[in-house]
Amino acid sequence: MILLEHINKTYHNGAPLHVLKGIDLEIKEGEMVSIMGASGSGKSTLLNILGILDTYDTGKYYLNHVLIKDLSETKAAELRNKMIGFVFQSFNLITFKNAMENVALPLYYQGVSRKKRNQMALEYLEKMGLKEWAKHMPSELSGGQKQRVAIARALIARPQIILADEPTGALDSKTSKEVIHILREVNKEGMTMVIVTHERAIAEETDKIIYLKDGVIESIMVAK
Amino acid sequence: MFDLDRFEEIWLTISRNKVRSFLTGFGVFWGLFMLIIMMGAGAGLQHGMFEGVEGFATNSCFLGAGQTSVPYKGFQKGRQWNIHNSDLDILMHSIPELAYVSPILWGDRTPNNVAYEDNAGSYTVRGLHSNYKYIENPFLSQGRFINEVDILHRRKVCVIGTKVYEELFTKKTNPIGKYIRVNGIYYQVVGVASGVSDMNLGGRTSEAIAIPFTVMQQITNQGSVIHMLAAIAKDHYSVKEMSEKMKTVLKVHNNISPDDNQAVWAFNMEEVFKMYQYLFLGISILVWIVGSGTLIAGIIGVSNIMMVTVKERTKEIGIRRALGAKPMVIISQIVSESLTLTALAGLLGLCLGVLTLYLADVYWLQQAENVFLSDPSVSFVTAVASTILLMLSGLIAGAIPAMRALQIKAIDAIREE
Repeated sequence: MILLEHINKTYHNGAPLHVLKGIDLEIKEGEMVSIMGASGSGKSTLLNILGILDTYDTGKYYLNHVLIKDLSETKAAELRNKMIGFVFQSFNLITFKNAMENVALPLYYQGVSRKKRNQMALEYLEKMGLKEWAKHMPSELSGGQKQRVAIARALIARPQIILADEPTGALDSKTSKEVIHILREVNKEGMTMVIVTHERAIAEETDKIIYLKDGVIESIMVAK
Repeated sequence: MFDLDRFEEIWLTISRNKVRSFLTGFGVFWGLFMLIIMMGAGAGLQHGMFEGVEGFATNSCFLGAGQTSVPYKGFQKGRQWNIHNSDLDILMHSIPELAYVSPILWGDRTPNNVAYEDNAGSYTVRGLHSNYKYIENPFLSQGRFINEVDILHRRKVCVIGTKVYEELFTKKTNPIGKYIRVNGIYYQVVGVASGVSDMNLGGRTSEAIAIPFTVMQQITNQGSVIHMLAAIAKDHYSVKEMSEKMKTVLKVHNNISPDDNQAVWAFNMEEVFKMYQYLFLGISILVWIVGSGTLIAGIIGVSNIMMVTVKERTKEIGIRRALGAKPMVIISQIVSESLTLTALAGLLGLCLGVLTLYLADVYWLQQAENVFLSDPSVSFVTAVASTILLMLSGLIAGAIPAMRALQIKAIDAIREE
């Protein structure tokens, strides 16, 4: 599903900062992997490249056998919309839209009619156990609920992979467990999933843990 | 690609910050409102000024005899000379640009110089040629104007002004064929005329009596003397050149030095009209400059606020982009917002401006006496032009912040905590 060949990335903010130093990685379809590493290890940069939110300098990145390189912003937006679902640490829901509208947003950018996308959004919210909260604004939801809305939003466009950036970073341990459980459930339905985290407990729930250190993959640990 | 969703999004963002949107929109509203009011007032001033001269031939000039200032052919300077009937034919024959010429003679205006039955009044008396009708375009409510036969046969007929008719014929009887006494002699009334314009030569047409100039010459015992000439140029000819030629011809035939600049005076209507036209052109240019300046200030306000909005919504825009909003979608979102705000505020300004002009016209100008403004309004073309200007400025006001929004990278926006 994901194939990285010798990815290099350097930031040029003042002094050049070589963040990723030749990453080779393969993530198979249906896998659930986590990326761990100290801050500054390059894990977020890696996730951004995987999410086509950032570019890389050299190497090759294949997403579902498509080479992702030098894309126009329009093309990148289209690929993000169709192939990738994002879950963020700070949920990143749009504050002035209710839960249902937030979930429906990726379909809006696909040009799906309002009626159809709202209906689909309700279905996905139901899966997350949030049907009765559909008309609530994000500010009226708890952290766990917000993250479940965000997961519903990530899933609605039926992407190839889910990229989660510290999905439990802003949640207490009980809710964290719930969220990771939901992600696991989604994964069981065949969704490929990449989670960036610094919580060992979360990482251990995944199939594979990739340790990053100073821009290189230090080790890959396969869970039992 | 109009769809309800997009409009809803736009409306949501505009109405989310009502006070700010209102204040921003007010700048544009005020700009357009002022532009319309000023243009309307400018047009009103122009209408007011030109209303007084409407119908008057603008391609005309007036000439008269003065004192010579240069000794010539044995004549001393300071000689008083006169234009004579013979000059008319010479002028008509030697100047091809000349379309019509009419002599004007002045009669006495003494107290109660005009009388009919028991009524009398004091009015201007003019001796005119039938061609005079081309110069002033008098409107004849009854009867006819003086014609060439009247002039040839020196008929004692007269055309009376509407006001003269009202004051002398108090019983509203038909004046045609009646005899009125003018300066001691009876004339038969053949027409009732009113000047379309308020322009007047020694008195308004509506308050004057016109008689054939030949009759005037005979009765006042003036021979063939003419007091003044009124002339009209043919279409597409310069009145200035024509009046210069007329002066030259008159000088040649009356033994006046070609270098004498005082012997013949001329008054060029065309130049006066042109001066007015340039004046109003100047006024409207000034109005546009000031008005669009105000509008631009409003637009800059909109652009500024859109900039702030973009800054405020950095995160939201980032999320949208991560979720797959294409650059065009982001641009059109920002531009549509600015366009909607400017269009709403601007069109409101346009409508209120037009309404204000209309109300001012109906409830103030049409009631008031002696106002120099008349029919203050903006033309349809002006309204369309300012709407287009408004839309363009809305686009520009949105374009700059939209470009700024595009520079927001999804990652930066999402990372921003």
